[in-house]
Amino acid sequence: MGHLLRAVFEPGFFASAPVRVAVLAGGMVAIVSGVLGVFTVSRGQSYAGHAFADISVTGGSGSFLIGISPLWGFAGTSVVAAGIMELIGIRQPRGRDLATGIVRGAGLGLAALFLYWDTTHTSTTGATITILFGSLFTISSSLIPVIVLLSLVSAGIAAVLYRPLLLSTVSADLAFARGIPVRLAGMACLAAVAVAVSLSALTIGAILSTALLVGPAATAFRLTSRPGPAIAWSALIGLAATWLGVLLAYDSFYWPPARHGWPVSFFVVTLIFVFYLAAQLTGARRTDGQAAPSLPAGHEG
Amino acid sequence: MTKMEADDEVLAVEGVSVRLSGREVLRDVRFSLKRGEFAGLIGSNGAGKTTLLRVILGLTAATSGEVRIGGAAKPRRRGGGIGYVPQKILLDPDMPLRARDLVGLGLDGHRLGIPLPSRSRRQQVDAMLRAVGAEKFADARVGNLSGGEQQRVLIAHALISGPQLLLLDEPLANLDIRSEQEVVGLLARIASQQQVAVLISAHEINPLLPVMDRVVYLAAGRAASGPASEVVRTDVLSELYGHHVDVIEVHDRILVIAGRGNGLDDSLGLPAGYDDAALGAR
Repeated sequence: MGHLLRAVFEPGFFASAPVRVAVLAGGMVAIVSGVLGVFTVSRGQSYAGHAFADISVTGGSGSFLIGISPLWGFAGTSVVAAGIMELIGIRQPRGRDLATGIVRGAGLGLAALFLYWDTTHTSTTGATITILFGSLFTISSSLIPVIVLLSLVSAGIAAVLYRPLLLSTVSADLAFARGIPVRLAGMACLAAVAVAVSLSALTIGAILSTALLVGPAATAFRLTSRPGPAIAWSALIGLAATWLGVLLAYDSFYWPPARHGWPVSFFVVTLIFVFYLAAQLTGARRTDGQAAPSLPAGHEG
Repeated sequence: MTKMEADDEVLAVEGVSVRLSGREVLRDVRFSLKRGEFAGLIGSNGAGKTTLLRVILGLTAATSGEVRIGGAAKPRRRGGGIGYVPQKILLDPDMPLRARDLVGLGLDGHRLGIPLPSRSRRQQVDAMLRAVGAEKFADARVGNLSGGEQQRVLIAHALISGPQLLLLDEPLANLDIRSEQEVVGLLARIASQQQVAVLISAHEINPLLPVMDRVVYLAAGRAASGPASEVVRTDVLSELYGHHVDVIEVHDRILVIAGRGNGLDDSLGLPAGYDDAALGAR
């Protein structure tokens, strides 16, 4: 038993301080992204989520220039982007893609400039890699309180607005007719998604953060047709992928040939993809089986 | 008005006019509905049906005139006391939301926070699903339901909070004939059994004729209201349209010929989807 355990958890896994930070911060961010992902995918705003990821590159690369933690840059720019997208008109289906595309394009242009300056004018090495692909093992433990706070804000908005958001996803008119301030709720939700994306930009990288937002939610939609359990599944899948990814990345330091360690973001994103494929395959089989035989069974009962 | 009549009155629309970006959409519309009354809001595309429903719901402000719900000019909450079924909902079939979840949101969808599981809430939802004949697909995803099934679920969603007034925006559009008859029958039963006033907009009058207590006929932004036999007549509709209109009865169906030489008004007899917004209303 001890031997098997040692084969799974390479020596020093639980004693390592970076691992502890990675497990804590990565886990919390995965849960928040999983929760907000369900709202993002239901509301057809996956493209907006993707744009937040791209735009956070702008903030992240900007913060390297002025020497602050990229988390501030990630969060600042994506929340501002959410506001601009709302102003341009993310509510209308056609305006949505347009607003997102315009803001995303402008943000990426700035990111190109900032990344260029990062690599030529400052002595920071690896800034580009850190921003684009994350740095779960190098997160400073002093950032933990901020990560906890932002996580609580983002998931808290989702929890408070759970029912009004569900109803306005079904039909904005229906929600409006029941006295729900649809636009305000939508804005709050978009801001919460922006915060969630900037958190995962910190852990698994700006480029990959969409995977943590959309992947677990899309997988959860295959597993259940109820909104509450879908949120729980999505959070659980994100958490499992992140923790397993941390473990595999740690273990990979001991793998041949280089004994150098593979990037943790690679493992997290690949695991999310594998989970999605598995759910897709089993889900397809289940609906095949349900279609015909479930009717006679109902008649007997 | 006697006290009894005042108590019975659920909806009063009094001289409502609406101007939207300079165009007069509704002009001096007035009618009222009593408890348990089933009324059809009939008019061609662009006649102002949706605008009138939105004014009643408080989503669009009237330029002049007043709407009273249950005798009060201002409901406690927007949409309070009114059940509403919107024209169409476009829901991703993948979205994890079952028919029973949507009906449950009719009870408490405006509340904040996460709902706790409750036996009485569940029983209430089950009873409502049975009342609209939706128990068979109660656990199916809303996005996977057919048009007729979705209408039943939306009606249950609108009714579960116990409104005095039920507004439906074109619920018969895109339904096959059988679903159409089933939905009309269901709504008529709801009106008489639960004493709810039902106002249903449609561009076809014929499916509603057998059950309708009252017609509110909209043309060119103006309305004529009363029993169908008193409103859908050559003289009344001619005055409403502002030019000569023929009303013809063929085998218990009514045809209104409102165009001048160029066709029929689509309120009557023509297949759904026939678009003649340019006809009749001019």
